[in-house]
Formats: sequence, structure tokens, C-alpha cells
Amino acid sequence: MTASSATKTAAVALNRFGLGVRADESLPTDPKGWLLAQFDRYAPLPPAWAGQPDSASRVTEYVDYQRALRQADATNELAMRQKLRNQTQARYRSAVNARVASALATPAPFAERLVHFWANHFAVSIDKAPIAALAGTFELEAIRPHIFGRFEDMLAAVEHHPAMLFYLDQARSIGPDSMVAQRAARLNPERQRGLNENLAREILELHTLGVRSGYSQGDVTEFARALTGWSIGGLPGLPPGGAPGTFAFQPMLHEPGPRTVLGQRYEQRGEAQARAILRDLAASPATAQHIADKLARHFVGDAPPPALVERLASTFLQSRGDLPSVYRALIGAPEAWSLAQTKFKTPWEWTLSSLRGLGWRDLGDQQLAPVLVQLGQPVWRPGSPAGYDDITESWAAPDMLMRRVELAQRFAAQAASTVDARLLGPQLLPAGLSPATASALARAESPATALALLLASPEFLRR
Amino acid sequence: MPSRSHSRRHFLQFAAVGAGGFLVAPHLVLAQAATDRRFVFVIQRGAADGLDTVIPYADPGYARLRGALALDTAAATRLDGLFALHPALVETARLYAAKEALFVHAVASPYRDRSHFDGQNVLESGGSAPYEAKDGWLNRLVALLPKATGEAIAISPTVPLALRGGAEVGSYAPSALKEAPDDDLLQRVQQLYAQDAQLHALWSAAMEARGMAGPAVRQNPAELGQLAARFLAQPAGPRIAMLETSGWDTHSAQAPRMANQFKALDAMIAALREGLGATWANTTVLVATEFGRTAAANGTGGTDHGTASVAMLLGGAVQGGRVIGDWPGLAPGALYQGRDLQPTTGLDSLIASAAGECFGIEPERVARTVFPRVAGVKTLPRLLRA
Repeated sequence: MTASSATKTAAVALNRFGLGVRADESLPTDPKGWLLAQFDRYAPLPPAWAGQPDSASRVTEYVDYQRALRQADATNELAMRQKLRNQTQARYRSAVNARVASALATPAPFAERLVHFWANHFAVSIDKAPIAALAGTFELEAIRPHIFGRFEDMLAAVEHHPAMLFYLDQARSIGPDSMVAQRAARLNPERQRGLNENLAREILELHTLGVRSGYSQGDVTEFARALTGWSIGGLPGLPPGGAPGTFAFQPMLHEPGPRTVLGQRYEQRGEAQARAILRDLAASPATAQHIADKLARHFVGDAPPPALVERLASTFLQSRGDLPSVYRALIGAPEAWSLAQTKFKTPWEWTLSSLRGLGWRDLGDQQLAPVLVQLGQPVWRPGSPAGYDDITESWAAPDMLMRRVELAQRFAAQAASTVDARLLGPQLLPAGLSPATASALARAESPATALALLLASPEFLRR
Repeated sequence: MPSRSHSRRHFLQFAAVGAGGFLVAPHLVLAQAATDRRFVFVIQRGAADGLDTVIPYADPGYARLRGALALDTAAATRLDGLFALHPALVETARLYAAKEALFVHAVASPYRDRSHFDGQNVLESGGSAPYEAKDGWLNRLVALLPKATGEAIAISPTVPLALRGGAEVGSYAPSALKEAPDDDLLQRVQQLYAQDAQLHALWSAAMEARGMAGPAVRQNPAELGQLAARFLAQPAGPRIAMLETSGWDTHSAQAPRMANQFKALDAMIAALREGLGATWANTTVLVATEFGRTAAANGTGGTDHGTASVAMLLGGAVQGGRVIGDWPGLAPGALYQGRDLQPTTGLDSLIASAAGECFGIEPERVARTVFPRVAGVKTLPRLLRA
């Protein structure tokens, strides 16, 4: 049986642009229209996220806890630390589950995939306190509302968010000639206080222009000076001001004077200065190129066609960073609809497509975070601000393949009594099963083995 | 379809594995060849601070630049009249005393900018610029060695760039999944991948590693060191291993974070030495990072991205008990771009010399073959025992 070309196109929409087929849903008859309709169908705050507290309360809780810890005596301290660890882990796991649950239940899987893409572009990592409690709310507050807006607005939301300000050490960066630094130098000349370059560098290198796009160390330092004062309200040791746990511009920390970044002089005072720099970075052709390249790599192939990247970049520039325009250009690109499976699924993508394929709509009391740890891609823990890699070589490795087979067996063992892999296979892979896979499913000695083989098959490992 | 959450109540309830001392669990990769020598590369991802590792306590610039971040060298191990070793590197200090540890200061790859990702790319590819080479120097080194019975083996969840390339390598890392797949499934997967070149190669390597790994271990530094030793100590086992560590990017709270990082590194090295037993005498361990950090402390109790750092050679094969390299000093005019430790020794020169001596290949040949894109790779005076 060969699939019709309409069915094959639907398979591309569902598996490459979406999160995999759910067997209880019918195939879209107009695959491009199905993707475009998701722009309106997408819910920035889906039901799965509804119960999550906001970042401000989490930050406040963290600050209060740190304060209590400093005052605790030795006997209490250990128990308090343990309690915080448990609480933080519970928060993290619950946010991972919210993320997975929205991906399972969504009527707009392409949009959810865009959320995952942007959250990885603007990666924070739970390696660092207190991100474990904040990574989910960061995605909810800074990424989800902006995926169908303008890049500049998402950039601004991300760089103002307490999770990013903590993660890239911005909250306590102090201008060397700021009022706080001058006073501190009078009171205690020994103690050094001053600039931290981390956020400025990663904005240039990772979030906007891209590495080797022509900025210098001087630009990094100047931008870091402009960013001083971008902080969080209610942090101990900083001047009071701003609502606790949310972005607060602290004028006392800000380095006074005009700044020059990438040849452009910024006379603005206060918060407006770094905002103006961010606006210019968002509008830069290098940023357009960087974003176009990453989007094309994510959806089309490890080495995306340069002509496609150019088209996406020029759409980005002409639309002044209007993201739906860029997505429309991507959906309209013939290169994106090649029937060859061009991407090796990441562990995250493989897990979601497996669960969707087996008909999961909710997680019940299951925890998905440990599964992603075992598959080598813990959620919100990429290990560096560059986020997870988006190429085959990063994920197609012997041990990781073995883990997928182990997990496929585990998934299959639970589902096999209700699912027949021989029927499910053609549903999940509408572009067709290879003869080798079809025959492996038919010859398997048990329904569970057949199902495990389907999830581990070459066609299901790729999209 | 009805929800089946009851029937799957227990099947995903395995615990997350503790990450041990490193912020991210370390990984291990191995390769095989017909020699009794062992070479281990430990990468420190995140730009480890060389001035915090081998501390130039007697350089007048040190205390001035580091301020509150300057270590109390009373607690550190004095190595010579200029340098002291970070106090958390207890086992490493013992190796130094036993003349099995050598430190090279002010060392750097050819990379001169300050991006982690580009810096690691140059460090691992052994090129002169980012993304110039598609394969890694460790893989090119494997290709220089006499072939053992089988092809090269690799082990870790993914194959890091340093080991990617023409010489075949696989990967292995301990799994916390409780039940291994049954043999029937493994056989069938093998058949399923027979026609798929990529998956067939990956699967074969995974099966081979499974056979060598022995009982499952936890993903913490000491147990990873033991696991590496278990592979390396086997007579027909791999001869080259790579261990990945991360968490070295210390823009803030550097003092406590580096102490933890060093404890973890130390535990891994100690476990490796213990696990290797008599094989330790034939072993060279290279510890290196993508670049160093600013000479001065930043405003938040840490350091920002810099240039030169420290590399370590550890092992029974090493002619240790020395700190080598030209010390450029920390005077304002001596710093690279007025802010970083000035590089005076090329990491590629160190690698070519150490790896060449380790495997009995002229270091000049290693330099030409393993670093063909890098100009001016020099060989260093003798590093290992004759």
C-alpha cells in the first residue's frame, strides 16, 4: 500500500512541523492551512499551566528562604536546605509536566513546537539556583505570550525576566561609577563591586546577532555598562525599590553617561539606554540571519538551504521582526515540504511523539522529568545558555539509542493490551512504513515487542 | 481514547539520578588501539579559571586583581616559590608530591575570542578557528594508532566533537532505567536497523559497549572515574577515553563553586587512578578547558571570559612534580588586551607532545597529523617518563 501524495504532505505537517500524530485525530486535508490556522487556535495560557504560581511569588519565596537560612542555627539549617531541595524539585517536576501536558492536549502542535524552539533559543538552565523553580514560569511569562508577536517584544520580555536576570548574573551587576559603587568604595574600599558581562555577552552572541557577527569585547563591556541597574525588586543587599520578585530598574546601580555599542551612541538615561540597544539589536540584519538560520535548521534540516535562510531573513527584516510573517514564509517554502525525513528527533521530540502516538492526553500522576534525564535531554537543563543543539550528531549516539529502545519497551509494555502496532504504524507514519519496519512489526512475537519496535523504528526516530 | 493513567501508575517512577559534584553529570568516551598506553582527555566545559587552579600566589598582581576572591594561600598546597594548588585539589596535590602531576600555566588554544561554544569547538576540533574542522583531534589521534582487534570504541550518551571523525567510535553511559531491554527485542532492533547505515553503526557500537560496561553505575564523578578505569584496564579494551565535565563558568559566587568543581574533579581522578591499578603507570590524563577567565575579579564575586588558563597532565606516565610554561606575569602591561592572562604555550603543542610521547609517535608527526590546520605547533621539552 502506498500513501497518496496528499497523505504524505499531511505526514510532513504532523511530524516535522507538529509533535507527531495522535491516532485519535484525523489527518488534515489542507496541511498548510492546518498549520496557519494554529496561529489563531494557540492558547498562550493553556489549562495545563493554569495552576502554576507566577515568578514574582517564586522569587520572593526564594529570597525569604535565603534570609531564613542565614538566620538559622546549625541544627535547623540542614533540614531547611533539604526542605528547599524537595520543594524546588517538586516545582520543577510540576512545570515539566505542565509543559508535556500542554503538548499532549494541544490543538496547535506547531505552535507548541514554536514555544519549545524559542524557549531553547532563550535558554535558561536549572543548573543554577533559583532557576529550577523559575524555568517553567519563565517560559509561561516571557515566551508563550510572544511567539506570535514581534521578536523585539519577546526579546524585551526575556531580558527583563527575573529568571534570565538571575541565570546570566545580571541582577547584581553594578556600574563602577554608579552611586552604589561610589558609596561602597567610601565605606569599604577592600570589597570589589562592579560589572558582570555575562548577560550582555550572551544577548549579543546567542539571543540576537550571533557569534562572530562583528561585535568586539569593547561592545560587550559597553553593553554590560548600559545594562547595569536591570535588576529584581526585593533582593537583599540592593537598594529597596520595585515590586518584589519582578524586574526593577535600580538607578543607584546604573553606570551614568552615554554608551557606544557597535558604533552607535546611546545618550538615554536609565533603563531606556539598554532598551534602545536591545531595539537596535532586534532590528539588525545579523539578528535576522541568525534567527532565520536557527528556524530553518530546526524545521528543515541540519544544513538548511542558504536560499531558504535568505528568504526567511529578508522576511524578518522587511516585516520588522514580525514572527507570524516569518513562519508564513517557512510554511510557504517548498524546501520545508521535502518528503525525505530530514531531522533526527531530539529526546524531547521523540518522547512527545511516542506519548501522543500511544494516545496519552494527560499524565495522571506520572513524572516525565526523570524520563527526559535518562534520555539525555533534561527539560530546561541544557548545561549552557546556548541551549540544546539542533543537529543529528548531537542526538544520534549509541548509548542514547539504547535508552530509547529501553524506554520504548517500557511504554509499549503498558499500552500493548489496547494498541495493535500493525494498525498504529501506518496511522503514526502516514508517509509509509519501510518494508523492513512493516515486516518487523508483523513478525514480532508479542504485541508489546511490535509496539516497541514501532517507536524505535528508523521512520519514527526521524521527522 | 480513555485515559490509562491507572494502568501506567508505576511504570515511570524511577528516580532522577543525582548529578554528583559537577553541575551536569560527567560523560565518558573511549577508543581502542593496540598499545599498552592509556590516554585520557578530561574537558572542562565553561572556561575553568587557571588562576584559581594553579594560583600564582607570589605574583604581586594576584592579590591586587583578585581582591576578595584571592585565595588564602595558607590553605593551598605550595607547589614552588610562585605557584600553589587550589586547596580542594587534595588528591591532585598527592599526585604532584608523587611526581605524577604536571601543570602547564598560561596555556591556550589558538582561539582568541571569548565565546564558550566557539572556544570549545576550537579546543575539540583542533582547528585554528571555529568550525574550520568537522572532526576532532582525539579522533585523528585514534587514527594514528595501530589498530587493535576491533574498531575503535567510544562510550558516553553522545560522542563529543573531539572524538568525532573518520575513526569509528561509539558511546556508553550508565543508565538508571531499571530493566534492560530483553534480548529478543535487542535482536529484533538489530534486524530492524540492518538497512539503515546510520542506525546500524550506532546500534552495533551500543551493543558492544553494553558488553564491556559491567554492572550499572551512578552518574557521579567518582563512579564515572571507576567506569572509565573499568574500560581502560581491560587488556583488549579501549586505550583512549574522554570525560566531559561542565559547570566551570563562574561569573558569580566563584569561591564556593570552584571548590565544589575541584572536589568533583579530584574524586574522578582518584577513582580513575584507583580503578586502573597497575595500568596507572602507563596512563596520561590531560585536563584542559576552552579558555581562561579575566585576571581581575568582576563585580559579582566571579570572573568573566578570558584567554589563557591552566592544563594538567596527570598519571603514572607523567614526569610530574613540575609547573612548566613561561609565566607572563600579572602586571597591567603583561595582560592580554589589558584584562586576561597572556597565553605563552599552545594547547596544541602540549597535546601533540603529550600524546606523541604517550604512544611513542614523534610529537612532530602528531602535530602535523592531528593539528594540520594550526600553524606553529611546537613540541615541548620532555613531559612523560622515558
